[in-house]
Amino acid sequence: MEALININKLNLFYGAFHALKDVTLTIPEKAITAFIGPSGCGKSTLLRTLNRMNDMIPGTRIEGGIAIGGTEIYSNEVDVETLRKKVGMVFQQPNPFPKSIYDNVAYGPRLHGITSKKELDEIVETSLKSAVLWDEVKDHLKRSAFGLSGGQQQRLCIARALAVNPNILLMDEATSALDPISTLKIEELAQELKDKYTIVMVTHNMHQAARVSNQTVFFLNGEVIEYSDTEKLFSNPTDQRTEDYISGRFG
Amino acid sequence: MQSEGLQSIDQAQTVNKELYEFKNKRVSIMNKLMPVVLFLCASVSVLTTIGIVFTLITETYQFFKQIPILDFLFGTKWSPLIPPKSFGVLPLLSGTLMITFIACLVAIPLGLASAIYLSEYAPKRVRKIIKPILEVLAGVPTIVYGYFALSLVTPLIQSLFDSAGVFNALSAGIVVGIMIIPMVSSLSEDAMSAVPRSLRDGAYALGATRFEVALKIVVPAAFSGIVASAVLAFSRAIGETMIVTVAAGSTPNMTVNPLDSIQTMTAYIVQVSLGDTPHGSIEYGSIFAVGMTLFVITFLLNILAQYIARKFREEY
Repeated sequence: MEALININKLNLFYGAFHALKDVTLTIPEKAITAFIGPSGCGKSTLLRTLNRMNDMIPGTRIEGGIAIGGTEIYSNEVDVETLRKKVGMVFQQPNPFPKSIYDNVAYGPRLHGITSKKELDEIVETSLKSAVLWDEVKDHLKRSAFGLSGGQQQRLCIARALAVNPNILLMDEATSALDPISTLKIEELAQELKDKYTIVMVTHNMHQAARVSNQTVFFLNGEVIEYSDTEKLFSNPTDQRTEDYISGRFG
Repeated sequence: MQSEGLQSIDQAQTVNKELYEFKNKRVSIMNKLMPVVLFLCASVSVLTTIGIVFTLITETYQFFKQIPILDFLFGTKWSPLIPPKSFGVLPLLSGTLMITFIACLVAIPLGLASAIYLSEYAPKRVRKIIKPILEVLAGVPTIVYGYFALSLVTPLIQSLFDSAGVFNALSAGIVVGIMIIPMVSSLSEDAMSAVPRSLRDGAYALGATRFEVALKIVVPAAFSGIVASAVLAFSRAIGETMIVTVAAGSTPNMTVNPLDSIQTMTAYIVQVSLGDTPHGSIEYGSIFAVGMTLFVITFLLNILAQYIARKFREEY
């Protein structure tokens, strides 16, 4: 597994608040990396720097480097929209657009200039199949996305993200609003997707990290305490704080 | 021993009843009276509305006893004061609609653009300054707008088009448009700000630009509010009186040339009300018929606005 994302001495400030401190980390390609840690530890913040969603928050300041495939993503030459197209994201709450199932998935491709009905039909079908939602919705693609259950909505959001053909998929606590069965489906889906995509997921559920991820990163107060293969991190952590957290002594 | 015990209970039973006097006549009357007073206050506006509609209907009915309703609705000549008298409302209606059309052409694009700027682009500080200013614009007396049209916009139009008269529909229409911009922008901005952040995030994460998010996510999601604001602005423009009286002239004119002088329904009502038209005369009755027409149009528009707002509501 080759390192795809290189994060080097990254510091992030929200105004005066020092949210990420000297984060240095590599994320392998075509694997699942999980960020774990207690609330407010900076795991979501780091995730949102990977597609520069933090740019939206006024007063955010960044020092240090993040390179994806060798390109510094915070350099002036980077086109943020192209970056976000390549680095898809799924959010904590399913957030389908108030449109039909079809239009939700076709939204991204249309945005990037695809107009041919045939091409769109194809993209919608493959994306929904990749998100393991096709069989459930193929007969009523024109229905509103709000008619779907929470778990289906979240898989629709994954399909929507896949439709613009990203290389990386960020999942920001994507199952925390879902019931256990829907959660399991999303986890299985992540397992399937990692053959084609690099997945970075934030989870507050360390059992989920243990179940699905290849690499786990443990955050505490804006710092990366430890990261390694998931199996090693959970069975044989090197840092006492990691051990305390995974054994449930805090958090 | 027992009797002593009983005695002490007896003593305890002689309570000081004055302490437990709960009746307070003053308060209980107040409590009963208050809803009645408040109801009467509330009914003032309801009764006024009923009174206005009633007057409109009876006077209009009297008018139509003398002038056939079809002549009124479909007649193309409006000459109520100078013989041969003619009461075809279409020239007034076309004048009104031309002003309204020009006003909407100005107000809807500008109002929507400023709403998009305020809700999607403006930093918090800028929004805090601009929004109150826009709302002040809504509070400027319309007569001031009338002078603004006559003394600033009309000369400007005349310098551009030689054929433009001192009174013309274009000048009045533009200024009515400027007047209703705050209405469009403020209501649209409210609707757009109510669109949840998560929808915007979803689009940004797909690589949408700020403008694409505004146009393809926020505007459609806020569409019902935007349409409602546009229809409200439309009916406000139809009813606008001072600006058109001052700047559009008083020539009932079936024309499509915005550089001509025209007369709107409202301006006609002003003209007759200000003159020495005798009470009960046919000219006097005509302003009620025109008022009724105006009332029906704005009433229908308001219903339309509510219907559209409900029909196009996107749930989120």
